[in-house]
Amino acid sequence: MFRNFLPAIVLLGVASMPFVARAATPFELKSVKIDLPDSDRMFPDGPGSDTINNNCLACHSADMVLNQPALSKQAWGAEVNKMINTYKAPVAAEDVGPIVEYLNGLKGAK
Amino acid sequence: MAEIGALHHSITRRRLLGVAGVGALALTNPSWAETTIDLPLPSGPGARPITTGFPQKGPMILQRTRPPLLETPFEVFDKGVFTPNDQFYVRWHWAVIPTDIDIGKFSLTVRGHVNQTLSLSLNDILHGLPSVQLAAVNQCSGNSRGFFQPRVPGGEWANGAMGNALWTGVRLKDVLDKAGVKSGAVQVRFKGLEEPVVADAPHFMKSLDIDHARDGEVMIAYAMNGEQLPLVNGFPLRLVVPGWYATYWVKMLNDIEVLHEVDTNYWTKVAYTIPDTPHASIKPGETNVKMVPINRMVPRSFVTNIASGHKVNAAAPTTLRGIAFGGDCGVASVDYSIDRGQNWRQAQLEKDEGKYGFRRWQTQFTLPSPGKHTVLTRCTNSNGVAQPDTPNWNPAGFMRNVVESVDIVAA
Repeated sequence: MFRNFLPAIVLLGVASMPFVARAATPFELKSVKIDLPDSDRMFPDGPGSDTINNNCLACHSADMVLNQPALSKQAWGAEVNKMINTYKAPVAAEDVGPIVEYLNGLKGAK
Repeated sequence: MAEIGALHHSITRRRLLGVAGVGALALTNPSWAETTIDLPLPSGPGARPITTGFPQKGPMILQRTRPPLLETPFEVFDKGVFTPNDQFYVRWHWAVIPTDIDIGKFSLTVRGHVNQTLSLSLNDILHGLPSVQLAAVNQCSGNSRGFFQPRVPGGEWANGAMGNALWTGVRLKDVLDKAGVKSGAVQVRFKGLEEPVVADAPHFMKSLDIDHARDGEVMIAYAMNGEQLPLVNGFPLRLVVPGWYATYWVKMLNDIEVLHEVDTNYWTKVAYTIPDTPHASIKPGETNVKMVPINRMVPRSFVTNIASGHKVNAAAPTTLRGIAFGGDCGVASVDYSIDRGQNWRQAQLEKDEGKYGFRRWQTQFTLPSPGKHTVLTRCTNSNGVAQPDTPNWNPAGFMRNVVESVDIVAA
């Protein structure tokens, strides 16, 4: 992959230097335009699933939460509060309880 | 894995929240996640899709779709010391990631406590400054978090949130000198193009001390492994901070601010902090611990040619091969033990591609008897720091570097 570079490299010849070489080849960049895939995965149905779907999926896909290990209700509460207080997730006060209950029901430490 | 029925709901929600318009959204084809892998995380869940759905990327372990968290499948590390760009792991904080980058319009600003504010084009950077190359490991602070016990929340990575590349770019020092750092500068803060979905959430920014920023090793890379960076790895410019955790390696770098006061932004001062204790380790539940920003990496080593549960011939020599890195310096030795740590023998180190990079090692041994055996590997770095025998623990799941073990069955 970087083989193309090697013929044009001038070795510094100082073993202790972290820079192994200087590249003398002109390097050109090309503009990039891509589409990132998205996820349509929703939280499993259950009490509070509409609330968590409506509040949480704007900033991150559900897989992040579904891949978490079982955590205590206190730990889930701390996560939800971090999203609100630190990351400014616009979650209505009355939705906090149902979201934490949902997470505790789905992935609470037994 | 994805449910078609949820699609309408998803689009409606997106429209309501005004998320659309942030780069083109590709509607999901449920087939883009083709197979799954089961990561051996204690108490699970370990199942993850293998996705080929991300542009410029090959098969990756899907930890999170948006913002992307993509892990390198571990067998990739057996192929060589340089991790291919298309399987280099990916980690973003915020979901608003530009997906259309015009190299003619992109610019890097250098501002703050400097004599002259600069707006550098990519042409200025590629052709106006000396070019340098360096091999260096980029490792997520939380690489291997999924192995912490008790488990902690966060990206539940196995060991593949790391990679080694040959980075090409310019010295940060040269860029700072061009702007002229004023006396009294204390730190340099870096920001990229990613933005939070919620406008008043904290933009992702990281800072380095001024002397570190000017050490001549920290660089601004425009190429990895001889090619431009994949967009999701930070195209067109990424900060490279050799020997330091990847949180400092700001992607899509477009803003450098020289500060005359210590940075108090959330991402430097509060997030990505570790207990100021040996191995950043505390007891679960321990409080009132002094926290400091995560910084230098620590040594690690891995077996790459044999996975746990592998069967080998008891009567014949077994070849063991792997990678190691010293963290903030080179690898002095890699040792292995086949008797649970009572005796250690040195493996052979292969070519040194640079002290901050992966170093390949290999050895041969014959297991003394049929049955189950455990092989331990331990890297000692050139500063004399060795991997610890017991795992560290902290609530963020940072800096795991315990001696690794592989279970082998000899028959």
